[in-house]
Amino acid sequence: MKDQLAKIRAEALAAFEGAADAAGLDALRVKYLGKKGELTGVLKMMGKLSPEERPVMGQLANDVRAALENALESCSKKLESAALERRLKDEALDVTIPGKPVVLGHQHPMNIALDELKDIFIGMGFTVMDGPEVELAELNFDRLNAEEGHPSRDWSDTFYFDTDSRVMLRSQTSPMQVRAMDTMPLPIRIVAPGRVYRKDEVDATHSPMFHQVEGMVIDKGVTMADLKGTLNAVAEKLFGKGTVTRFRPHHFPFTEPSCEMDIQCHKCGGAGCATCKGEGWIELLGAGMVHPRVLEMSGIDPEVYSGWAFGMGLERTALRRFMIDDLRLIFENDVRFLEQF
Amino acid sequence: MKLSRKWLSEFVAVDANDKDFAEAMTLSGSKVETTEDLGAEIKNVVVGRIRKMERHPDSDHMWVCRVDAGKNEAVQIVTGAWNIHEGDLVPTALHKALLPGGKKIEKGKLRGVLSDGMLCSLSELGLDERDFPYAVIEAAALLNDYKPIDPSKPSIPADAAPGHKIFGSVRAALVTRVESLEDGRFTVYCNAGEATHTVTTSLANIHEHDMLALDVEKEHICTLADLHAEQREFPHCIPDGIFVLHEDCRPGDDIKPVINADDHVVEFEITPNRPDCLSIIGLAREASATFDTPLTLHEPVVRGGADGVLAELLDVETPDPELCPRYTARMVRNVKIGPSPKWMRERLRSMGVRPINNIVDITNYVMLEYGQPMHAFDYRYVKGGKIVVRRAKEGEELTTLDGNVRKLTPNMLVIADETRAVGLAGIMGGENSEIVDDTVDVVFESANFDGTCIRKAALALGMRTEASAKFEKGLDPLNTLPAVNRACELVELLGAGQVVDGVIDVLNYVPQPRTITMDPARVNALLGTDIQAADMYQYLERVEIHTENHDFPNGPAQVSIPSWRGDVERMADLAEEVARFYGYNNIPITLQRGETTQGGYTPVQQAERRLGSLCRACGYSEIITYSFISPACYDKIGWAPDEPLRNSLKILNPLGEDTSIMRTTTLPSMLDILARNYSYRNKDVRLYEIGRVYLPGGPDGLANEPRMLTLGAYGEGYDFFTLKGAVEAILRDLRIENVTFMACQDDPSYHPGRCAGVYAGEKLLGVMGQIHPAVAANYDVDCELYCAELSFDALMEAQGSGAVYQPLPRFPAVTRDIAVVCKEEVTVGALEACIRRAGGKLLRDVVLFDIYRGQGVAEGSKSVAFSMTLRADDRSITAAEADEEVKDILTALEQELGASLR
Repeated sequence: MKDQLAKIRAEALAAFEGAADAAGLDALRVKYLGKKGELTGVLKMMGKLSPEERPVMGQLANDVRAALENALESCSKKLESAALERRLKDEALDVTIPGKPVVLGHQHPMNIALDELKDIFIGMGFTVMDGPEVELAELNFDRLNAEEGHPSRDWSDTFYFDTDSRVMLRSQTSPMQVRAMDTMPLPIRIVAPGRVYRKDEVDATHSPMFHQVEGMVIDKGVTMADLKGTLNAVAEKLFGKGTVTRFRPHHFPFTEPSCEMDIQCHKCGGAGCATCKGEGWIELLGAGMVHPRVLEMSGIDPEVYSGWAFGMGLERTALRRFMIDDLRLIFENDVRFLEQF
Repeated sequence: MKLSRKWLSEFVAVDANDKDFAEAMTLSGSKVETTEDLGAEIKNVVVGRIRKMERHPDSDHMWVCRVDAGKNEAVQIVTGAWNIHEGDLVPTALHKALLPGGKKIEKGKLRGVLSDGMLCSLSELGLDERDFPYAVIEAAALLNDYKPIDPSKPSIPADAAPGHKIFGSVRAALVTRVESLEDGRFTVYCNAGEATHTVTTSLANIHEHDMLALDVEKEHICTLADLHAEQREFPHCIPDGIFVLHEDCRPGDDIKPVINADDHVVEFEITPNRPDCLSIIGLAREASATFDTPLTLHEPVVRGGADGVLAELLDVETPDPELCPRYTARMVRNVKIGPSPKWMRERLRSMGVRPINNIVDITNYVMLEYGQPMHAFDYRYVKGGKIVVRRAKEGEELTTLDGNVRKLTPNMLVIADETRAVGLAGIMGGENSEIVDDTVDVVFESANFDGTCIRKAALALGMRTEASAKFEKGLDPLNTLPAVNRACELVELLGAGQVVDGVIDVLNYVPQPRTITMDPARVNALLGTDIQAADMYQYLERVEIHTENHDFPNGPAQVSIPSWRGDVERMADLAEEVARFYGYNNIPITLQRGETTQGGYTPVQQAERRLGSLCRACGYSEIITYSFISPACYDKIGWAPDEPLRNSLKILNPLGEDTSIMRTTTLPSMLDILARNYSYRNKDVRLYEIGRVYLPGGPDGLANEPRMLTLGAYGEGYDFFTLKGAVEAILRDLRIENVTFMACQDDPSYHPGRCAGVYAGEKLLGVMGQIHPAVAANYDVDCELYCAELSFDALMEAQGSGAVYQPLPRFPAVTRDIAVVCKEEVTVGALEACIRRAGGKLLRDVVLFDIYRGQGVAEGSKSVAFSMTLRADDRSITAAEADEEVKDILTALEQELGASLR
C-alpha cells in the first residue's frame, strides 16, 4: 500500500506538471482525487489494514493528498498565468494606428485675441460693456468733440442711414465712452469691444467691417502716468514680460493730450525689418486723457474728475498674434483656416 | 506731407541723420512715415565731357567715346546711344559705379573694345522727363539705319545717293557737319544732291556721314512719323538716349548735386489739428522746438515800383464776409512766362509737385513754404478790374483748370469778376483766367476762406485739391500777407515780372491775440509728473507760446497763443505741448489708484461665452460674417416678396449693393460661408456664429440688435438628427425644460419635410432643419445643407435654474422593451408622449431604440421599439408591477394612437 501511495504520488505529480490546460488539469484532479479517483481507491482499502498500520498509512495518505492538492493549486496558477499571457499576446495592438476621431470645434482667432484682452482687463477691475452698432452720429461724433466738418464724418468715410446724417454705423467703439458716462456711476472702468464700420474697400489690410476694443477710466486724480502704467501692463500680458513700449504724441478729437502706443518689433528688436516696415516699432493703439469738453458734455466736471481712454484695432492684434498675413482670411471663414486655431 | 531737408535747412540747422531726425520728430508729435535719401543708390557717377567720338570699328550702331571725367586721362566708354555729340556734358558712371535699382557698372569690353564705364540716360539715374523737361529726345529717321520690313522690297534703296527722291520734296541728304548750339539744338549741314542745306533742328541723333530724309522745300529733317515708318524699320532712331546736361557743372563733378540727388526727403503724417505743419515753415518750427535750435525766418522784401496804382487797377469786394475772413492780393506786371529756375523746380519736385511755369511754380512754392494756398489770375480776364468773392448762383457754371465744367450752387464760394466766376474759391482756378504763355499782368490771391464751406464744396464737386485740403482744416488768417509778399519777392528774384506797389487786404475779422491761463500744478496733476514750472514755460516758449515779458513764473500765468496754433484752446492742450517736449516717454509709469472696481462679465456675456464653448465642444467652429448683406439675399433664401423681415435698415452710401442693407437674418451669411467652403471642396464642415441681426424700430431711430446663434453644417453622414443632437445638447446644457420639436412646413428656406420649430413650452426658440434644396441650389450647393437659427434672447429667457442634486437610486430598476406597430403618420414624439402620459409613477425613462419597416409590417405602417425603465425610490419593484404598468401603456397606445403590440 505504501508503494501504491508513492506510485500515485509520483505519477500524479508528473501528470499535473504535464497538463496542457485547465480542463486537462481538472480531469487529472478527478482521476487522482475524485470520488472514484485513484487516491480515494487506495484509501478505501484502509479498512483492510491492521489497527497499527492504519494511522501510519492514514498519515501517509493524507500527506500524499496534501501534496497533490498543493501541486494541483500551483499548476493551476501556472496554467492560468500562461493562459493570460497568451491572451494578452493575442490581444496586442498596433498602437500606431490613429485614434478614433473626436471632432472639436475651433474658436475664431479674432475672438481668441478678444477673449485674451477682455480677461486681462477684467483682471484689472474693468467691466465689459456692449452697445449698439447702429448708432447716433451725435454719440459717435458730436459728443466726442468731432464737430461738424470733421473729415471722418464725410459720407465718403462713414455709412449713413438717413440724409440728415443722424443715424450711422458706428465708425469706432468710442461712442461707448459716452454711453458709459451717461449710464454708469463714477468711477468708471470699462472695456467695450465690438464691430465698427468704415467705408474702406476690402484688401489685405482693410475691411469695411472690423473690430475695436475701447477702454475708459474716469475717476478723481487719474493721470497720464496711470494710462501708461495700465497700457504697459496690458502690453506685457499680451506680448510677454519685458515687452518694450513707447508713447508718441498724436491727435484724437476726444482726448487731450493724445498719444499712440507702439511696441518694439518682436522680430528685429527695434533694428527695423519687414514686419515693422523698417521702423523698429509697431503701432498698437491710440489713447489719451479724456478731453475736458467730452467730460463736460457728459455732465462730468473736469475740474474734479479726469480720465483716460484707449481704442485698439482687434484684427491687427489678432493678425500679429497668429502671424496671419491677409485680413481677408478673417472674414472668409475657410475651415482649413479656422481649424488652425 | 513731404519735407525736403535741404529746404528745411534754410530755416533751421538740424545736425542729425535721417533716422535720428525721424525718431526725434516722431516722438515730439510729427510722425515720420518714411525717409528717403534721394542719392542713396547713386555712387561714383560724375559729370563727363565727351572729347571725341568715333564709330565702333566692329558695330553698325555703337560709338567709342573719349570722356573727360575730371581725371588726368580721358576715360574710354562705348555707348549705343546716338543722341550725343562731341563737347556734350553727360552723366558718366565710372568703373565700380552704382545706379538706382542696384545696378553695378564694371569696366569690360564691348565687341572687343574696352569700355571703362557707362554714359547714363535719365531713367538710369532714376529720373524722368518731368525732372529735366529739356532732356526730351527726338530722333531723325537716319537712312543708314533703315531695315526694310520685307528685305526684298525696300521702300528706300540701300545705296540711295544724296538727292535720291524718296517722295514729294523729300530727298536723301548726306550730313557733312553738325554743330551743337547753346540752347541744346543743332545746326546740320547736309548735301541733298544738287544743293547743300543748313538746317537748325532739335533732332539729336544726327552726326557727320549720316544720311537724312530731308524735305528740301521746307528744309525739314524727317522723323519716323514724317515717313510713316515703324520703329522696327529704324531700330536705332529711338526717342531715348544719354541725358545731355545743360547745367552749371564741370567734368569730374559729383552728379548728385547736379540732379538734386543729394537731398533727403522725409514724409510726415500730419494730424488734422495741425494744418500749420502742412508747410516747410511749420515743420521748421516743430524741428526747431524738437531740437531746441533757433528758427531763422525770412522777412520777404519786395522792391515793387511797377507802373500803375494798385487801387485803380484792382478792386476787391467780399459780399459774404463770414465765408472770407481775409482776402489779400497783389499785382505783377510785364510778366515773362517761362520755366522757373532749376533750384525751384528741384524743390517742387522733391516735395512731389510738378513744375509748370515760373508764375504757377511760385504759387506752389509759396504754398509749400508757408502753407498758404495761393492763386494767380491773368489780369486781362478779370473784367472791370474787379474781384468779387461771392456765393455762386444756382446753376452757375465754371470750367476749372482741369478742363471740367462744374455746375455750382449757392453753397459754393467763387472768385468772380464783374460778370462771371473766374475761380472756385480755395479749390481750383478757372480755365478762363488761367496763366498762359502770353500772360502779361498777374494778380496773386492769398486769401483765407471758411473751412467748412470749402470742405463741403470740394466734397460736393468731388474735387479735393491740395488747397482745399488745407483750407478745410482752418488756416491762420495772419499768414496771407507774408505769403503774398513772398510770392512777389520770388517774382523779382526770378526776374519774372515787376510788382506793383501796395497790397489789397480785405480784413473781415478783427485779429485778436489769444491768451489762456497756464497752471503748472494742474498740468503736473493731469500728466502725473513733477515738472518744474520754469521748465514748463520754457517748453512752451519753444513753440512760441509766450508768457508776458517772457519770464518763467513759479505758478499760473497768462500765456499768448500764436495765430497758427488754433488747436491750443485750454489747459489740456498746454499739457500736451509740455508733455511733447518733456517727452511722453519720460512721464512716469504708475498703476491705477483710487476706489477699486469689481470687473467682470455680465450674466448675458457669460452665457454668450458658455454658448460658444458648448458649440465648439459639439464640434462646430466659430465664424465671423459681415453685418451687411445684399437685398438679393432675401430672394436667395426663398423669402416671399411680402415677408415682413425684408424691412431692413438701408445704408444710403454703401460700398456696393452686396453690403447695402443690415441683415435681419443670419441665414444668408451662414449659407454664404457653407457654400464657400463647399466650393473649396472642404469636407464635413460644422460652423456656428453668435452674431447680431438689425431690426428697424429701436430706440432713438436706431435698430434693435438681438443676437442669433446660427449653426450650419454639411458632410458625409450628416443628417437632420446630427443637427438635432447638437441642438438638444445645447438646450440640455442650458437646462432648458419642456423642449419640443414641432414639424414646420412653411419656412421657405427649409425643406418642408425636414424642418422643425424648437420650443421650450410654448416659447419658440428657433428653427432648424435641412435647407430647401432650391435654396441650396441658389448657393450652388448640390448636397444637403443643415442650419439651425436660435434666438439668443429666447435661449437666455428659457434657461433653467442652476443644478440641484437628486439622490442616486438605491433600488434596482426593471427594464421593459416594447415594439408597437402603428400608421406611418403617427410620430415617434406622439408615441413617446403617450407612453409618458400613460406610464405611472414608476416609469422613469423612455428611449426609442428601433424603427422598422418591411417584411412582417403592413405597407403604410411601421414598427417602433422603445426601451422603458421602471423604478421605485423606496423598494425593489416586482416583475408583476412592471408588467401591469406596461399593460396600461399598451392600452393607451392602442386606444389613443391605434398602435398595437407587434
